[in-house]
Amino acid sequence: MVKFEDVSMIYPGGDAKAIDDMTFTIEDGEFVFLVGPSGSGKTSVIKLITGEVGACEGTLNVNGFDLLHIHRHKLPAMRRTIGVIFQDFRLIEDKTVFDNVAFAMHVVGATPGEIKRRVPYVLELVGLTGREKRFPKEISGGEQQRVAVARAIVNSPSLLIADEPTGNLDPARSLELMLLMDKINEMGTTVLVVTHEKELVNSFSKRVVAIDEGRVISDGMDGYYSYEIE
Amino acid sequence: MKSNKFGYLIHEGFKSIFTHGFMSFATITIVVACLVIMGSFSLIAVNIDKMISTLESNNQIIGYVEETLSENEAKALQPKIEALANVRSCQFVTREEAMKEFASQYDDQSLFKDVDASVFRDRYIIYLDDISLMSQTEQSLYNITGIAKVNAFLQVAQGFVTVRNVVSAVSMVLIVILVIVSVFIMANTIKLATFSRREEIAIMKMVGASNSFIRFPFVVEGLMLGLFGGILAFLIEWGIYDVVTNKVMQSIVGNLVTVVPFNEVKLVMLAIYAGVGLVVGAFGSSIAIRNYLKV
Repeated sequence: MVKFEDVSMIYPGGDAKAIDDMTFTIEDGEFVFLVGPSGSGKTSVIKLITGEVGACEGTLNVNGFDLLHIHRHKLPAMRRTIGVIFQDFRLIEDKTVFDNVAFAMHVVGATPGEIKRRVPYVLELVGLTGREKRFPKEISGGEQQRVAVARAIVNSPSLLIADEPTGNLDPARSLELMLLMDKINEMGTTVLVVTHEKELVNSFSKRVVAIDEGRVISDGMDGYYSYEIE
Repeated sequence: MKSNKFGYLIHEGFKSIFTHGFMSFATITIVVACLVIMGSFSLIAVNIDKMISTLESNNQIIGYVEETLSENEAKALQPKIEALANVRSCQFVTREEAMKEFASQYDDQSLFKDVDASVFRDRYIIYLDDISLMSQTEQSLYNITGIAKVNAFLQVAQGFVTVRNVVSAVSMVLIVILVIVSVFIMANTIKLATFSRREEIAIMKMVGASNSFIRFPFVVEGLMLGLFGGILAFLIEWGIYDVVTNKVMQSIVGNLVTVVPFNEVKLVMLAIYAGVGLVVGAFGSSIAIRNYLKV
């Protein structure tokens, strides 16, 4: 569960609030689109949820961790409850597809046997069977993004965050990816997708939280992305 | 740390040396270059020190025995002299031997045919451990009953002490400067190598890796590169030293100087090179990634 309650945040050295008195809650098992124009604070929301930056005031809870008072040493444990997918995939170039996914399991101390069983299963789930030994440079953008999805879900996180996951994909691959996210959500994982893609959002009947200038400006179930991007 | 995690991190550290081959090569090259420069200077300092020590050890005190003492009584003083602090050894010289030695300095031996050896005194030639303590030893000799006079070349001794102190101080300052510069260069090279992998570190953080999990393979990699660089530098230094000392000994100055054989210092050198390589490698890499771990 993600709970923002009157959260405000100013970047170190900055003077304006990147997040201004923001309040919203994402319950376990939900699928939520977070939308808004450039500079609206979408990335700041993700950075707050992943503990990359700290909130200045309010209440911020993520999967049972109080992020306003969390000790730095507990951040890794919190992050292991989250899977993150980025627009630029962020794969390790000198690791194979298998190793990129297995790497996240090594972090949590999985045994070689567990890794050998789990990674092929997840790669099959995202449709990458047969690509295990390829390096990121040897596969397409869509496939790289699916490797990133596999890495994000391999440890069965309770929350999956996707930051503009379709930004580097064509419409067909974007739809495929969103269907995959929907499938992951159906398996019980909470999904938060940050996106600009109006048509994509509107083709799914999901909750849409729109933000601007660091504030929530609309929040609707079965929402519709009507906000005009500048 | 679980054993499977530990094994994985060790494996990752080793693998990374080869996957980032060029940066590994650059790091090893810098480590080798710095250690060879530092080591060469240290070896020069060791050789200068050795030469001064050899000259010092030839410096001696002469203790003259009372004329009234018989030869046997004079010889009986030897254990007392040897028991003094700072006395390395002493050699008894009879009046007759002293006269022969004195006469040998002149071509015309007939000058001495009527000279009686009794005009000379029995004496001891005394070698010291530390010539900087010569005046104290001289005083101690005067305290031995039976020693009438002591000839100690205090000014010469003081000259040696001054030269040694100056050489030691200059060597120490230069070696310290070289060590600091070398460590700085090596740490920065490792930092540069790490900079290219900041994205990798960011990904590790994002999937929930702890700082120690991220740091460990970098430290293993740094340790291995440092150790390899240290051993390589040692072998190169050995080769250079052998070539240079052979050339020196074959040249005209070979008769004037003595060089320290590399075998005499090789274990110390190997330990220092490997140690510096290990420490710089480990600290360099852990300091280098510190900034990227703050996310």
